[in-house]
Amino acid sequence: MSTAMTKVVQSSRTSRIAGLVAIVLILALLSAAGWADRGTLSLLMEFFCYLALAEMWNLLAGFAGIVSLGQQAFLGLGGYALFFAALRLGWNPLEAFLLAGVAGAIIAVPSALVVFRLHGAYLAIGTWVLAEVLRLIFSEVPSLGAGSGISLPVKFAKSVHLGGMHRDAVLYLAALALALITILASYLLLRSQRGLALTAIRDNELGARSSGVRIFSVKLMVFAATGLGTGFTGALLYLAKLRISPLAAFDVNWTSYMIFMVVIGGVGTLEGPIVGTLVYFILRQYLADLGSWYLIILGVVAVTVMLRLPMGIWGTVARKYDISLFPTRRRVLFDQDKPTTPGVAASSAETTA
Amino acid sequence: MEVLRIENLKKSFGAIKVADAVNLSIAKGEAVGIIGPNGAGKTSLFNLISGNLAPDAGKIYLLGKDVTAMGAEMRCRAGIGRTYQIPQPFSGMTVFENCLVAATSGAGKSERASYDNCAEVLREMHLLAKANVLAGSLTLLERKALEVARALCSEPRVLLLDEIAGGLTTAEASELVETLRGVHTRGVAIVWIEHIVHALVAVVNRLVVIDFGAKVMEGDPAEVMASAEVKRIYMGMEAHDAA
Ligand SMILES: Nc1ncnc2c1ncn2[C@@H]1O[C@H](COP(=O)(O)OP(=O)(O)OP(=O)(O)O)[C@@H](O)[C@H]1O
Ligand SMILES: [Mg+2]
Repeated sequence: MSTAMTKVVQSSRTSRIAGLVAIVLILALLSAAGWADRGTLSLLMEFFCYLALAEMWNLLAGFAGIVSLGQQAFLGLGGYALFFAALRLGWNPLEAFLLAGVAGAIIAVPSALVVFRLHGAYLAIGTWVLAEVLRLIFSEVPSLGAGSGISLPVKFAKSVHLGGMHRDAVLYLAALALALITILASYLLLRSQRGLALTAIRDNELGARSSGVRIFSVKLMVFAATGLGTGFTGALLYLAKLRISPLAAFDVNWTSYMIFMVVIGGVGTLEGPIVGTLVYFILRQYLADLGSWYLIILGVVAVTVMLRLPMGIWGTVARKYDISLFPTRRRVLFDQDKPTTPGVAASSAETTA
Repeated sequence: MEVLRIENLKKSFGAIKVADAVNLSIAKGEAVGIIGPNGAGKTSLFNLISGNLAPDAGKIYLLGKDVTAMGAEMRCRAGIGRTYQIPQPFSGMTVFENCLVAATSGAGKSERASYDNCAEVLREMHLLAKANVLAGSLTLLERKALEVARALCSEPRVLLLDEIAGGLTTAEASELVETLRGVHTRGVAIVWIEHIVHALVAVVNRLVVIDFGAKVMEGDPAEVMASAEVKRIYMGMEAHDAA
């Protein structure tokens, strides 16, 4: 065949309706910076930070097959990079924030060279060890408060503002942007040609390797990108907390929550982590007063979902009704006029968005 | 022109020798069949050639270039396509997308530039009607066909086929034979492991017999099949086919 004949599309009606709803929702969320009270804003800020973290862990574990237990390494590193830039370099909040993300991405590359030699449970433990090593290192740095941690000066916190907006509103908007950019970037990645390779790795690493997918470089790209995003998120979370300590910043619980949200929502889909983060925050809002019962309930919810809905809440719904808010699937359009020779529609190849 | 050369290839798993100083040369456009009893080391030989397994000793050359140190993904890109005896589909992707992965990553083409070829390969493998179906929902036979389609989409110079005809009816097997003859005439060298010998000998021009990791015989398919040695080894295999 010399001319392009096969017509392929990559969209669905659900995506257009979802797109409209998303725009309305995003506008409403943006406006919240103007009218919501400080308590609501800081809760929403935390929500979007967690959402970004969940989406990134999903990209790592759900797609690239890197089941990391050590994402707190990048989160803590981002937090500490921000404090270091603010306290020791005298940088302004924006500069310090940018450093945090870059630090996460830069550390991710040599870490990957070590960690990617491991597989399965060993890889998970390897990443955890990496985070523990960082925790021990930061516990030994007196200029950053060593083991007991360090606070940001009030002056620095006050310097976080944007056109007269209060700090809480600025941090909320930054978290919202972080979550939206994470989701949008993941979506564009998955729709792209590289996304084909990444999804192939998700489904079958052996098959992907034998189809010429450069596993290492795809994984490295994902690991570095999530290192960047997790670093940013860590910086934002600790900019809001104003105090950082090695024990809290490099706590493996950070990754436990990411896993909880992704597994509950549905691993390997972009919608899953959104559902999972909502479930997590709803449980936390209503049950956190119950003390240790809260953790027990979280555990029961996790186990129940894993046993009854192994694909997670979204994964199960999506399969049952065949819906997707972020469609990436390519569909060959068959020529309706010639049902006897299906397959090749007589129009040029195009991809509609 | 020599497409693939294997020199003195050795591999053991503990006491089991799966490749015992194997030498093999495959010319452009040649189709070679590999037979041998269960556990003889046929799949292991493919794993060594495709880079899924590192040899203990020996060399592998593709188009005169030493690829022994290359990883599996680079060997695919260099022109070694393979199927798996147990199919390895991308279950959550459509049949068409499975092919696109091989076309973009393996053949190094842009996505759009590979649409037509992927559709054509799927038509050849009788999978075009299933192009938009998730690979995970295919039957075993369809999955085997998809293995071949995907390997073809990576545009290999040499295609390694590991038991793709098992379970086919006689009519389906002869269609497969026709398709492979077509692939073969386009200049792709084929190495085909198959227990369904009548399908195999309809395509290949040389037959290699492997037992205990060693090449015990090689030559014209009819002569090899008639030899006393193969008849002896074959007693077990026919019993297996009947089971
Ligand atoms: N990764 C491995 N580790 C240990 N032993 C292995 C491994 N892979 C294969 N073997 C063993 O090597 C021997 C050869 O296996 P192989 O799969 O190559 O046989 P085969 O000729 O393809 O057989 P079949 O006709 O059943 O497909 C078998 O005894 C098998 O159990
Ligand atoms: Mg085998």
